[in-house]
Amino acid sequence: MQAYGIKISNLSKTFGRGDTAVHALKEVNMQVEPGEVVGLIGPSGSGKSTLLKCLGAIIEPSAGQMYLGDQLIYDNGWKISDLRALRRDKIGFVFQAPYLIPFLNTLDNVALLPMLAGKSNKEARQRALELLTVLQVEHRAHALPSRLSGGEQQRIAIARGLINRPPVILADEPTAALDSVRALTVIRTLNDIARDYNTAVIVVTHDDKIIPTFKRLYHIRDGITYEEQGQGREIL
Amino acid sequence: MISLAGRDILHAWGKFVFTGVGLGLLIGVTLTMAGVYRGMVDDAQVLLDNSAADLWVVQKDTLGPYAEPSNLPDDTWRAVANIPGVANASNVTYLTMQVSSASGETRALVTGIANSGPGSSGWPLRLLAGRQVSKNHYEAVADIASGFKLGDSIQIRRNRYLIVGLTKRMVSSSGDPMIFIPLLDAQQAQFLKSNDAIAQNRRRISQNPIFNNPRNPEVLDAVLDLQESNTQVNAVLVQLKAQAEPKQVAEDMRRWLRLQVYDREQMEQILVGKLIATSARQILMFLVILAVVSAAIVAFIIYTLTMGKIREIAVLKLIGTHNKSIISMIIQQALALGIIGFMVGKIAATVWAPFFPKYVLLVTQDTITGLIAVLGMCVLASFVAIYAALRVDPADAVGG
Repeated sequence: MQAYGIKISNLSKTFGRGDTAVHALKEVNMQVEPGEVVGLIGPSGSGKSTLLKCLGAIIEPSAGQMYLGDQLIYDNGWKISDLRALRRDKIGFVFQAPYLIPFLNTLDNVALLPMLAGKSNKEARQRALELLTVLQVEHRAHALPSRLSGGEQQRIAIARGLINRPPVILADEPTAALDSVRALTVIRTLNDIARDYNTAVIVVTHDDKIIPTFKRLYHIRDGITYEEQGQGREIL
Repeated sequence: MISLAGRDILHAWGKFVFTGVGLGLLIGVTLTMAGVYRGMVDDAQVLLDNSAADLWVVQKDTLGPYAEPSNLPDDTWRAVANIPGVANASNVTYLTMQVSSASGETRALVTGIANSGPGSSGWPLRLLAGRQVSKNHYEAVADIASGFKLGDSIQIRRNRYLIVGLTKRMVSSSGDPMIFIPLLDAQQAQFLKSNDAIAQNRRRISQNPIFNNPRNPEVLDAVLDLQESNTQVNAVLVQLKAQAEPKQVAEDMRRWLRLQVYDREQMEQILVGKLIATSARQILMFLVILAVVSAAIVAFIIYTLTMGKIREIAVLKLIGTHNKSIISMIIQQALALGIIGFMVGKIAATVWAPFFPKYVLLVTQDTITGLIAVLGMCVLASFVAIYAALRVDPADAVGG
């Protein structure tokens, strides 16, 4: 697998103009290596979600640079026109709530992405099943999301984020709705994935249960990031 | 690729099916309205077919005998029969009235048929039971839609008639069943005055010294006879010889007899284009309104279904689903709803059509047109939902 990381330099995002302009991000710098899991923490309104949307190629930054591996994807303007394909192939998303498609079973929820990318149904489902096995939810492959527990749903969501083997995974408060045990299971899973697939993982969180597990943290406050060494506590 | 629309429908099939049934009943009403119109046109054409006439001779400057009153002397047929090309000419009278029997009453088109025998113009073409009218008085053949049975005794004006035969699909242009009686009885029924009116008329005439002249008492009798007898019919039905050209024969009659003559095409135009034109426009308005209501309901349902999946659509867009896949999902669902609705509507219309008091004719052409219209309407109705879905921001899937 090609080793990618994500790097942003002097990234800023301003909403509005003139006197009413809101500077959500001010010259943010961040770098996450392949195989690394970093936390992004900060109070409400600090710019976490805006940064996540910029990193996820969902909204356009106002200035700065963004690299995905060696590829410059933003330099005061998008360098890639097909952001939809970029999101589909290069970025995995894990949300606060799993947001699984309620009318698709577990297997198809995960297999949908490679199918959208043009893979055959058989190949996509085979790959999805492999991933569900890795995440230990293969026995729930044919269950609808409404039949799954919160932890199972979140693991399915992680599988969906991983299915196209993206170099970067962006997780938005993935443990917010889970108890301690399930939250730590999810974080352990993300760490395993980062290690096994050489994926750069950014976890946006408020969750005190999981913050000590990160080896490296980015604090964001008033649109500015501060890097900090984490405790890197081992997850049992 | 997975059919997102199909999976969504299977997931919430109950909601979908019940919505489709509701829509289907509305479509069923729409198809029935079209069937009512077709039935009216068919009734008009059946009336012309059953008269077995090539030409209709009626009172000058009228659209008779079906669309306007028409009166002709009952000896006109002799002059008509002498025009070159005419094979047969028969008097006929038509009178729409309430006809009663012991079991109840019904509205019917009482038709007076000349004593020219079965197969002549105006006579019932086929019998389901019994026989044709064979006497000059007090026998009748009735359409089964009248509800009368063989042997029933029915009351027309002052006289009672015995039902001797039953026929089928012999109806007026407004769908009323026809009852055939001898021409003389029909003439009497059509122009019969009440006893009081006759007595009053006799008294008035006898008080007139011009008519009641003691030196010539036969004048009064003659005048009274004229007043109380009827020698009028509504039309003369004409059958032409095989080689005769209807338009030419009609033109000859207009020129030499100074009467109004219509051929089949003109009579159809009068019945369909004039007599039922207002009803047809009325039905067309209903059809348009029902189509608009159906479209609005489909649009609302599809919009609601789409809005219920807004977060999922945001996720789909975020993870890279093409807009065309989302558009396809919405259109497929709209079409599926339309197909379910149409099937339900078609079945419903077929089931309830026979229970309508007037003839409802469901034709294949209307079914195909209806299906195409419903599918087109569903695609159009899904545009609002598609617009809403395309406006969903993928960022909505991410909190904050």
